[in-house]
Amino acid sequence: MAIRQGLLALLSRGPRYGYQLRAEFEASTGATWPLNIGQVYTTLSRLERDGLVAPGEQDDQGRVVYTITEAGRAEMARWFGTPVAQADRPRDELVIKLAMAVTAGADVRPIIQAQRTATMGTLQRLTRARRASAEDPAQRLVLDSMIFQAEAEQRWLDHCEAVLAASPQTQERQA
Amino acid sequence: MSFDPVVRLTDVGRLHGDGPGAVTALSEVSLAVEAGELVAVMGPSGSGKSTLLNVAGGLDRPTSGDVVVEGVSLSRLPAGELAALRRRHVGYVFQDLNLIPSLTALENVTLPRELDGIRFRDARRQALEVLAEVGLAEVADRFPDEISGGQRQRVAIARALAGERRLILADEPTGALDTPTGDEILQLLRARCDAGAAVLLVTHEPRYAAWADRVVFLRDGRVADTATAPLESAR
Repeated sequence: MAIRQGLLALLSRGPRYGYQLRAEFEASTGATWPLNIGQVYTTLSRLERDGLVAPGEQDDQGRVVYTITEAGRAEMARWFGTPVAQADRPRDELVIKLAMAVTAGADVRPIIQAQRTATMGTLQRLTRARRASAEDPAQRLVLDSMIFQAEAEQRWLDHCEAVLAASPQTQERQA
Repeated sequence: MSFDPVVRLTDVGRLHGDGPGAVTALSEVSLAVEAGELVAVMGPSGSGKSTLLNVAGGLDRPTSGDVVVEGVSLSRLPAGELAALRRRHVGYVFQDLNLIPSLTALENVTLPRELDGIRFRDARRQALEVLAEVGLAEVADRFPDEISGGQRQRVAIARALAGERRLILADEPTGALDTPTGDEILQLLRARCDAGAAVLLVTHEPRYAAWADRVVFLRDGRVADTATAPLESAR
């Protein structure tokens, strides 16, 4: 989970209160990754334990401001400098569903079409959300990422359909 | 303001050839696009997408069913009146831009209006307005090879929009553009839609189809399914 590093990145811009970190985290990720305040404070206390952030004095309202340490900046730089690995195994339910449908000899075309219509609905919703929030570049890029993922799924569905249509095995089953 | 759709296709069929060798390009397609609506048509190659667009804009005639544009049925319209209706109401944007290389952006937009019989001064004023609308006022005097691919496509769109046409037909208008530039093209079409045009867009790119209010999936010349933008985030 990148919450640790995400909070460090926000703190690199200057000291912040916990509730500020939560609001900024959600704003940067376009509310696609909601955090509860408990997660923020748990993460902050672990960061403090590991020497990556330092808490200030409590103010009169009981709030504590957190500051990033040198070690915290180094950890953030390490994170930015390290590529993210693709997950080792595909755990996508759709992939498994289509593989199983082909194996079981089911008619895959209606499954593909139903999924395509549903994914297009998602893509339409994301596109509207992005048009509405084009001002914040971080938010826009997060929505763009989700759009690219939905788009990749649509392309993959087209590909499945074309491959299955050309496969003598599936043609035989559907005959 | 009328609530009739700008274009309505009813049980439209299009056969190529006849007898046992006839090929069905479209079969029993019914589709209406209202003012302010952007409808995208998707489907594999050969599913009838471009035929649908050509039939909707009166560039091709259906072999069965009817097409009504701005309240006028195209079926029995003589060729001359059909051409006049197309010029008055329909704007086309194709992947193949067909800009004339020896004319500036402004002249490329102005010329077709002049050919439509509009006085030069009015055609030029309309062209300048629409070039400004697509953000190209500053390159109006440049030639097509002096501007970027995205700008050329916007000139082609300006040409389609000039003269307040309410039906815009776009066949793969994002062509080979990169995604931010393609998104700008959809932004323009969407804006025109929100200003009251009806846009029918053919694309094989899901990301551009997603700008639409409705996405129609064609398969073997028939409407296989329709995706409608979820209501909770409607405009």
